[in-house]
Amino acid sequence: MSVHRIMGLETEYGISVPGHPTLNAMVTSSQIVNAYAYLVSHGARSKARWDYDEESPLRDARGFDMSRSEADATQLTDEDLGLANVILPNGARLYVDHAHPEYSTPEVSNPRDAVLWDRAGVNVMNAAAEAAVAAPGGERILLYKNNTDNKGASYGCHENYLMRRTTAFADIVRHLTPFFISRQVFTGAGRLGIGQEGQTSAFQLSQRADFFEVEVGLETTLKRPIINTRDEPHADPEKYRRLHVIVGDANMSDTATFLKMGTTAIVLSMIEDGYLDTFDAMPVDPVREMHQVSHDTTLTHVIAVSRGRQWTAIDMQRAFLEHAWNYCQSRTDADFDEQTKEVLTMWGDHLDRLQSDRMSVASTIDWVAKLSLLEGYVRRDGLAWDDPRLHLVDLQYADIRSDKGLAARLEQRGRLTRMFDDEEVDRARQQPPQDTRAYFRGECVRRYPESIAAASWDSVVFDIPQREALLRVPTLEPTRGTYAHVSHILDASPDAASLIDALTED
Amino acid sequence: MPGQENAEYRKANRRDQHDEEAQAPAAKETDSALDGDVDAILDEIDGVLESNAEDFVKSFVQKGGQ
Repeated sequence: MSVHRIMGLETEYGISVPGHPTLNAMVTSSQIVNAYAYLVSHGARSKARWDYDEESPLRDARGFDMSRSEADATQLTDEDLGLANVILPNGARLYVDHAHPEYSTPEVSNPRDAVLWDRAGVNVMNAAAEAAVAAPGGERILLYKNNTDNKGASYGCHENYLMRRTTAFADIVRHLTPFFISRQVFTGAGRLGIGQEGQTSAFQLSQRADFFEVEVGLETTLKRPIINTRDEPHADPEKYRRLHVIVGDANMSDTATFLKMGTTAIVLSMIEDGYLDTFDAMPVDPVREMHQVSHDTTLTHVIAVSRGRQWTAIDMQRAFLEHAWNYCQSRTDADFDEQTKEVLTMWGDHLDRLQSDRMSVASTIDWVAKLSLLEGYVRRDGLAWDDPRLHLVDLQYADIRSDKGLAARLEQRGRLTRMFDDEEVDRARQQPPQDTRAYFRGECVRRYPESIAAASWDSVVFDIPQREALLRVPTLEPTRGTYAHVSHILDASPDAASLIDALTED
Repeated sequence: MPGQENAEYRKANRRDQHDEEAQAPAAKETDSALDGDVDAILDEIDGVLESNAEDFVKSFVQKGGQ
């Protein structure tokens, strides 16, 4: 009924070692993960591994399983390839996914927290890169929060939202497809290059749009679908589904991440409550519109919608926003909380500004911030749009280092708005959110590192010296294991053995 | 009351649009002020951009991910 729900973000970072283009990215990614694991364990070798027991990446939300032999090898994310994979004291997961270091935020309960713990991930990566270069023979590894190399490869920033299992998947597809296509006007991180290989040197709103080829599907690494059907709830499957959203760009701007998570959460609420049952914004040709909306920086492209209507992306977003205002006002005051109001107000404000003067959102929307830099170079130095220096600006915008990254420099000048200060972000790097099960996971890793054999989203596995077998504590309910639920038990347990005794007492 | 908030928000919004219309003739001056501001940022960025843009961009080759 609001923007509050269990959610999270997973970001695969671009990785390179300048001067060493032949280095294996799996190896350098592992160096990043291992360097950070070593850092947070203060030198002790942590035993905690990822627990794959409950993973089912081939489970399809439409109700069937893909056989493993039919699946492309890149789809098999549950094979423990021996790649680095750790659970952090803030409840997050840091690991190597394909050939990229990936940070998954701990589960959070609202969009503001999603921004904060996503931002904490940038600090994790920066600290990891510093530790890696300090290691004997260590190279300077550069990390980028972007989604393409502009040469045909793309890597994701996925959003996850916990939903009611009872919601019909067809309704999710019908409403989220037009929503995802049109939200690019504020979620786009900007890209100089059109086509998967950047064949045309022109600017577009989104890093990811050109890599989407089908409307609905299970794949994430090829034939990417606008609506991904992967159905691993990492929670009670009778009660929940986890909506795995793969169309989004990795944002540098806090506001863009906040709007992305907040507006999507409110649309999901409306879908769950059947509030959009009579609303129909489905484009006639979704994949084509995904690309066309992204390619149009004037924001005037007209989308052909079923039943003969013609809408720009901004019109389409306004229609969702109007429903959202009406929906929230039809609920009780208690449900229409401050953060939900903040999302709706900012959403409307951004749509108005994007329409009247898009440069007025250069301090909050990534693609506009990036475009204003590129246009500045074109004007000042007379550069052509295929000039390598412009491509470098595009790339370096997402360099995560605070001294070299262009988004970071804009933030330091107050040209890109931050939602949290350094101290808040660093606290989130070290501590879990208090209001989800990530609290229990993170605190166990922090308090009893030597006794944690493995952990995952829905379990913590203990290795207690006094017991013969490993003990798996399931955490299937994401809203339990919070500070309110377990902090008194943790505080009363000096070691893991006494924690297990306390948990199994009743 | 949420309803009042919304009405106020929409009113404020309309007022903004009004203001923008009224200020339209001044837009040119604002543009050049903005350009000056952007130029100051570009000067700063010139100092942090990686050297040899062409090679640097060319060597940024990634393996596909999810």
